[in-house]
Amino acid sequence: MPNQRILTDEMKDAIKAFFPRYPSRQAVTLPALHIVNERLRYVPRQAVVEIAELLGLAPAQVQDTLTFYGYFKQDRPAGRCRLWVCRSISCALRGADELLNHLSHALGVAPGQTTPDGRVTLEHAECLGACEHAPCMLADRQLVKSVSQRQADEFLKALP
Amino acid sequence: MADFEPVLLAQVGKAESYTLRAYEQSGGYQSWKKVLKEKTPKEVTEIVKASGLRGRGGAGFPTGLKWTFLPQNHPGPIYFCLNADESEPGTFNNRVLMEEDPHQVIEGLMISCYATNATAAYYYMRCEYPLAWERMQAAVDECYAAGHLGKNICGSPYSLDIFLHKGAGAYICGEETGLIESLEGKRAWPRIKPPFPAVEGAFRKPTVVNNVETVACVKQILDRGVDWFKSIGVPPDPANPRDAGSYGPKLYCLSGHINQPGCYEAPLGLTVTELIDRFGGGVWKNRQAKAAIPGGISMGLLTADEFHCPLDFNGPGKFGCLGLGTAAVVVMDEQTSMVDFLLNSCRFFSHESCGQCTPCREGTSWATKMMLRIKTGRGRLADLNLLAEIGDTIGIMPGTTICGLADGAAWPIKNCIKKFRPELEAYIKKTNPNGWGETKPVPAMDLVGIH
Repeated sequence: MPNQRILTDEMKDAIKAFFPRYPSRQAVTLPALHIVNERLRYVPRQAVVEIAELLGLAPAQVQDTLTFYGYFKQDRPAGRCRLWVCRSISCALRGADELLNHLSHALGVAPGQTTPDGRVTLEHAECLGACEHAPCMLADRQLVKSVSQRQADEFLKALP
Repeated sequence: MADFEPVLLAQVGKAESYTLRAYEQSGGYQSWKKVLKEKTPKEVTEIVKASGLRGRGGAGFPTGLKWTFLPQNHPGPIYFCLNADESEPGTFNNRVLMEEDPHQVIEGLMISCYATNATAAYYYMRCEYPLAWERMQAAVDECYAAGHLGKNICGSPYSLDIFLHKGAGAYICGEETGLIESLEGKRAWPRIKPPFPAVEGAFRKPTVVNNVETVACVKQILDRGVDWFKSIGVPPDPANPRDAGSYGPKLYCLSGHINQPGCYEAPLGLTVTELIDRFGGGVWKNRQAKAAIPGGISMGLLTADEFHCPLDFNGPGKFGCLGLGTAAVVVMDEQTSMVDFLLNSCRFFSHESCGQCTPCREGTSWATKMMLRIKTGRGRLADLNLLAEIGDTIGIMPGTTICGLADGAAWPIKNCIKKFRPELEAYIKKTNPNGWGETKPVPAMDLVGIH
């Protein structure tokens, strides 16, 4: 049975809009992966096959690039909020390891896992580049600054 | 020093500083228009070369000189890549510039593209900067609408496009050839040099890769002149014929155990003590400092006795550090465990090693495993020698890897063992009272739980 198509016309058009920017189609790989990931919260293998078709590449070429970056999930979608907790040195000096531990217990998942209700995917991040606000975390597009464990609890409570 | 006025950060904190309107009100894009009308690309390159500007991304290579490595009279296209993949732990100055004053960066980028005859600029930004991305995209859109970008800008024959390109969370994309590979849609494996990007870079064409803060400095040099730039900072050390000097203002990132962490602008050559006391409000909780990272974690460690180290391109090297790096100073107080510091550093580099060169891939991951073993009370004194051996043998300098990531991984190990060996030994002896003297190889089964 052929796999069901995953890329919608809207996604394909968004990907094609990047073609004129680059002298090669392969350069559209990362933009295409981001386009799919923003909409589906993951990039399933079937999407990799379809991106490769659009870009005139072998699926293995797209998969090769995708797996290099830890950013794109493949097996199931990330939670409705993907919560990155920085663990690099400036944050670590101000309690980042303890914060990540605390969140891990509060959510009942290890870093890299999603809560059973699909609300949150907890992730550890290397330096988020917001060291003046250590310890910090990135909740999708929102930077949460100088987070105490109590503020982290409140943040979780306020999540839809 | 007392009369130094911030230039790069002058607009930061003002209302709507990120809009074209506010930027033009403060004199923005005047230099760009003047350059287009009055100067040839070669003249602009000569100005930047004469200013002594050195790259702000970490290596400190003279910017104007880098531009002259492009082939002469090339039929094109020549590409310009702006490196906004800032991910060196402790570093956030590019983020501040992009969020608060994106037009300053764009104007510097435009001038730099003009000087290098580039007609397309790829703005490679890490994906963890959503606000910077939003502001930068809005700023680029404003520039197209205002006619600062596009075809035949302001009636001149010059055309330029800027394309934002989003990374996907890999430190190695900050290495210039790793960035180029990533831009081309491949895994970000750094290339063997030569050929250097100036000869064969993105899409096999001549390419310049510069940092965000570097192009912001280019804009300021065109605004204020070479003499102004050279009046700030530190002239070349006469005792060192290879020193190109450390001119201009620098954005210092201060974080860690400090009362007022932040991004501060000061002339190159400021000391660590001055940065901590004048800008950072001292070490937090009335404690004493124990150590500091001088310029991002790759640069190694300064002890508190070495805080008179000037933060210019020459300074940290005199204290055994790798260099100035990104000038990101991370302060650690007296209660910090150097075992924790070194484990954190090793973990970062083993996570970020791209895996291409065996010495780096294996060296960084075994260093992390050994540090975990030490941390969990199973360390032996012999491990410190093994760690030091890794530190001495991975990297461009010992000649075993393609890029400098491994040198950055090695330096914290080398510096920490050299400068804090008694503390590391005391920790090992205390936590492993029966096994610290063991020198036999660790049985393989013992490591199962560490993988």
